[in-house]
Amino acid sequence: MHDQSRRVTAKKTLIIACGALAHEILAILRINHLSHMALECLPAELHNTPQKIPQAVKEKIIEGKSHYDTILVAYGDCGTGGKLKEICDQLDVDMINAPHCYAFFEGTSNFEQRDEMRAFYLTDFLAKHFSNFVIKPLGLDRYPDLKDVYFSEYRKLIFLAQTNDAHIDQLAQNAAEYLGLEYERMYTGYGELPQFIQQG
Amino acid sequence: MSEDDLILAELNDSELTEQMMDDLYDGLKDEIEEAVRILLERNWTPYDILTKSLVAGMQIVGDDFRDGILFVPEVLRAAQAMKGGMAILKPLLIETGAPKMGKMVIGTVKGDIHDIGKNLVAMMMEGAGFEIIDLGINTEADEYIDTAEREGADIIGMSALLTTTMPYMKTVIEKLKERDIRDKYIVLCGGAPLNEEFGKAIGADAYCDDAAIAVETAKKLVAARQENA
Repeated sequence: MHDQSRRVTAKKTLIIACGALAHEILAILRINHLSHMALECLPAELHNTPQKIPQAVKEKIIEGKSHYDTILVAYGDCGTGGKLKEICDQLDVDMINAPHCYAFFEGTSNFEQRDEMRAFYLTDFLAKHFSNFVIKPLGLDRYPDLKDVYFSEYRKLIFLAQTNDAHIDQLAQNAAEYLGLEYERMYTGYGELPQFIQQG
Repeated sequence: MSEDDLILAELNDSELTEQMMDDLYDGLKDEIEEAVRILLERNWTPYDILTKSLVAGMQIVGDDFRDGILFVPEVLRAAQAMKGGMAILKPLLIETGAPKMGKMVIGTVKGDIHDIGKNLVAMMMEGAGFEIIDLGINTEADEYIDTAEREGADIIGMSALLTTTMPYMKTVIEKLKERDIRDKYIVLCGGAPLNEEFGKAIGADAYCDDAAIAVETAKKLVAARQENA
C-alpha cells in the first residue's frame, strides 16, 4: 500500500498502452531515463474485439486523471473506426495519430505511401506470440483448413522488426512459411513511438 | 447409440432437419451435403431445404455469434458447411424458380482485401433469396456502379475492414450522386470499424452490424421500395 501511493505520487505522466507495446515502451522509458512516467497496459487480446478498446481505455483514463498530470494513450486507431479518438478528444488526452502500430513503427507516412494492401504484418511482439495472437484466435490450431479463408488474398508477410534479433527473425520467417506467404523483413526500430512518448 | 453412429438416412424429416442445424452449428460440411442429398431424394424442394434447414441453422449460428457464444472460426466453419449445401442446391434453385427477393452487387472497397464479412453477407443474402453479384475485393466505385446499372441491381453492398479504407464508401456514394442515380439503389455498408453513425454520415441507407442484420435490412428496404413504387 505504502509503495503503491509512493509510486503514484512520484509519477507525473501515465502512459496507457496496448499490451503489445509494453516491451518497447519500457525500453524507451529506460533508454531515455523517463522515470517520471508510469505505464499501464490493457490486454493485447483486445485487438480481437476492437469495439471494446475505447471503453477500456476510457476507464483507464478516468482512473488515471486523479493521479497524474498528463496521460498519453499509446494506441493507434486500431480498428475502432475513430471511436478511440473521440474518447481521447473528449477527455483531452493525446493518442498516436496512426491507424495502427504497423504504421507508427514504420512511420505513418511511409506506411501509407507504400500502400501494400496484400501484405500481412508482424511486429516483434506478434512474431514472438504468433501462436497466441494469430493462430489460436483465428482457430487455425483447431481448423487448419480455415487458413485459406483468412489468408488467400495476402501475398507476403512483412516483418517490421523493432530489434535486430536473429531468433525473432526466425520466428517471423516461420510464420510466413506457415501461412504460405512470401517473407520480407524491414527494420523499423521503435519508429514514431519514442517521439510520442517523450512529449509527456 | 452414440452420435458418431448416427445414420442420417434413417432419421425422419423432422429429425433430419434438426440434425442439420446441429451439424451446421458444428461446421460439418460432409454431413450437411449428405443430408441435403437425402432431402432431395425425399422430394423436398430445393427452396424448402435451403430455408428450413440451412438458413434456419445459420440464423442460430448468427444469433449465438452476436451473443458472444460462438466466435469467428466457428462461424466460418458453419458458413463453409452451408456453402457445401448451397453448392448442391444453387443450380436446382435456378431450375425450380425459387422466389427472388432482389438483386445485390456486393464487394470489399478499393484498397481493402478483407472479404470474410463480405462473403458471409453474400452467402446469407443468397440464402434469403437475393441474387448476388460478388465483385470480390479492392472494388472501384465505377465497378460497383457500372455493374449495378448493367445488371439492374436493387442494392449496392460495400464492406471494409480497415479504418483507412472505409472512407472510400463515401466516394462510391458521391459518384452515384454525380451520376444522378443515388436514389435508384439501396446502399448498405458494413465492416468491423464501421458503425451506424458512419453509415449515416456517408449517406448510406443503412449500416449492417452482421450478416443476419444485412438480410433483415435488405428485405425491409426492398419491401418498402416496392410498396412506394
